[in-house]
Amino acid sequence: MSAIILKDLDISYGHTKVVEGVNIEVAEGESFALVGESGSGKSTILKAIAGLAPDWSGEISVLGQPRGRSVDQGFATRCQMVFQDPYGSLHPRKSVDTVLSEPLKIHGLGNRDARVIEMLAAVGLDQRFRFRYPHQLSGGQRQRVAIARALMLEPKVMLLDEPTSALDVSVQAEILNLLKKLRREQGLTYLMVTHNLPVVSFMCDRMAVMNKGRIVEIAPATALHDGSFTDPYTQSLYAASGGNPDRKD
Amino acid sequence: MTTMTNWLLDDSPSSRLQASLGHSYRVTRMLMRNPLAVVGALILLVLILAAIFAPWIAPHSPLGQNLGQRLLPPSAAHWMGTDELGRDIFSRVIYGARITLLIVAMVAVISAPLGLLIGAISGYFGGWVDKAMMGVTDVFLSMPKLILALAFVAALGPGIENAIIAIAITSWPAYARIARAETLTFRNSEFISAMRLLGASHTRIITGHVLPLCTSSMIVRVTLDMAGIILTAAGLGFLGLGAQPPLPEWGAMISRGRAFILDQWWVATMPGFAIIIVSLGFCFLGDGLRDVLDPKQGGKS
Repeated sequence: MSAIILKDLDISYGHTKVVEGVNIEVAEGESFALVGESGSGKSTILKAIAGLAPDWSGEISVLGQPRGRSVDQGFATRCQMVFQDPYGSLHPRKSVDTVLSEPLKIHGLGNRDARVIEMLAAVGLDQRFRFRYPHQLSGGQRQRVAIARALMLEPKVMLLDEPTSALDVSVQAEILNLLKKLRREQGLTYLMVTHNLPVVSFMCDRMAVMNKGRIVEIAPATALHDGSFTDPYTQSLYAASGGNPDRKD
Repeated sequence: MTTMTNWLLDDSPSSRLQASLGHSYRVTRMLMRNPLAVVGALILLVLILAAIFAPWIAPHSPLGQNLGQRLLPPSAAHWMGTDELGRDIFSRVIYGARITLLIVAMVAVISAPLGLLIGAISGYFGGWVDKAMMGVTDVFLSMPKLILALAFVAALGPGIENAIIAIAITSWPAYARIARAETLTFRNSEFISAMRLLGASHTRIITGHVLPLCTSSMIVRVTLDMAGIILTAAGLGFLGLGAQPPLPEWGAMISRGRAFILDQWWVATMPGFAIIIVSLGFCFLGDGLRDVLDPKQGGKS
C-alpha cells in the first residue's frame, strides 16, 4: 500500500493556481523529498495534504484513505506535520508538557504522563525540559518539541516542511539525525520539503523536482551523486547547488 | 526562605504545580519592583478589606439617622463629619466600598468574558462572521459610554442592578476590539495550524489556545478601565439613576452633598476623595500590570 498518493492535484489560492497536475506516489516507509526554489509550490502541496489549503482538486489519499476537504480526527492519527519555524509553531504560553499532552487530550487517550516522558526521551530531550516554556528553549530544542508533538499520536506519515532551515548548521545536523533515527525506529514515511540538496541526499530515497507549480522530474536520491538528471531545469538546479553534495572540495 | 525561592525559580521545574507557581512568583516579583503598582495594590487591598469588614470598621450605622447631629464638621467622633440627616459619613464611605466593589466586579465579570469571546471568535473565523460581529461592536462603540449607559438605565429603570447591566453593555465593545486585534496577529500562525492538524475543534482552539493569549492584555485593559467604570457608576449615582437612597453609594452621596457644598464642604468631598483614590489605585495597578504582562511594552522600563 502506498503511504501518499497524489493524482492530478491542482491547488489554488483564490484565483491563482499555485500547483498544477501533480502526480506523486510515496511508498510506505519511504522518505520522499520535494525540491525546488522558493515559490515553486512545494510547501503548498504539504499544506493541501495536511488540510490547511482547502482549495484543491484532484485526488489525495493517505495510507489508502482518500482525504476530505477539512481537518478530521481520524486523519490526525495517521498523518502529522512538522513546521519550518520552531519559533512560530509552539504556543508561547504553554509548557512543553502541555504542548505534548494536548494531542492526547484531544483524542481522549489516557496514560498521558508516561507517554510524555517516553516521547521526550525518544526525541532526545532531557526530562528537566518538561515543564519549561518555549522561551526557555533553544531553536533546536523547540524543533524537537515540535517533532515530539507531531509524533504523540503515533502517525505513520510525517510531512516535514523544511524542518531544519530555520536552525543553525550544527543544530540542523542533530535534527536530521534525530529524524533519521525516528524513521528507522518507528517505520515512518517522510514527505519532506526542502531546497537543500545535501539534506535530500542524507535523508531521502527519492525526490521530485518542482518548478513553477509543476513537477519536472522524479529521480532517485542517488542521482545527486552521479548527476544523472534528464530535465534541463533539474540539471541547472543541480549545477547551481555545486554538483555532488557529498563531494568535499 | 532561600530554598523556597530557589524552588520557585527553578529553571527546570519538576511538576506542573511548581512551574505555574514559579511563573506567578516571577510576575508578582516584577510587579513588586514597581512602587506605583504596589501603591495601587495596597489601595485595592484596603478597599477590599473595608468592604469585607465594613460592619466592624464603621463606627456608626450607615443608614441610621440622627437629626440632632446633622451636618457636623469632621471631628474625633465623626471622622468625616455627618450629612444632612445626621448619618456618619465615614461609615457611609466604608459601606460604599461594598457597592463600588460590587459594581466593578460585576461589570468586569460580565463584560470582559463577553468582549473576549466575541473578539476572539470574530478574529479567529474572519470573513462574514467578523464583519457582522464587528459591525455590532462599532454601533456600540460609536456612542459615548455615559450617554449610552444613561439611555439604558432610563429604559431599564433606575437601580444598582440596572446600572451594572448598563455599564457592562457599554464596556464590552472595547474588549472585543482588543481581543480581535490580538487574535488577528496569530490566527494564521503555525501553532494554531498545528492544533488544527492534531484534530482539535474550533471551540477547543479558541478556548484553549486563542483566549489565553488575549487574557493578559485584557487583564491590563480591564484594570485600567475600572477607574472609568467607577466614575460612570458614580456619574449614574450622581444623576440619581444608579444606587437609590438610602444606599451609601459614593456618587449619590456627592449628589446629596452638592446642596451644601459651600457651607458644609465635607459632605460632598469625602466620598469624592474615596472615588479619586480608588480610581487612582486601579490606574496604578493597571499600569504596573501592563509593564509585567504585556509582552509588547513590558520589561523595558
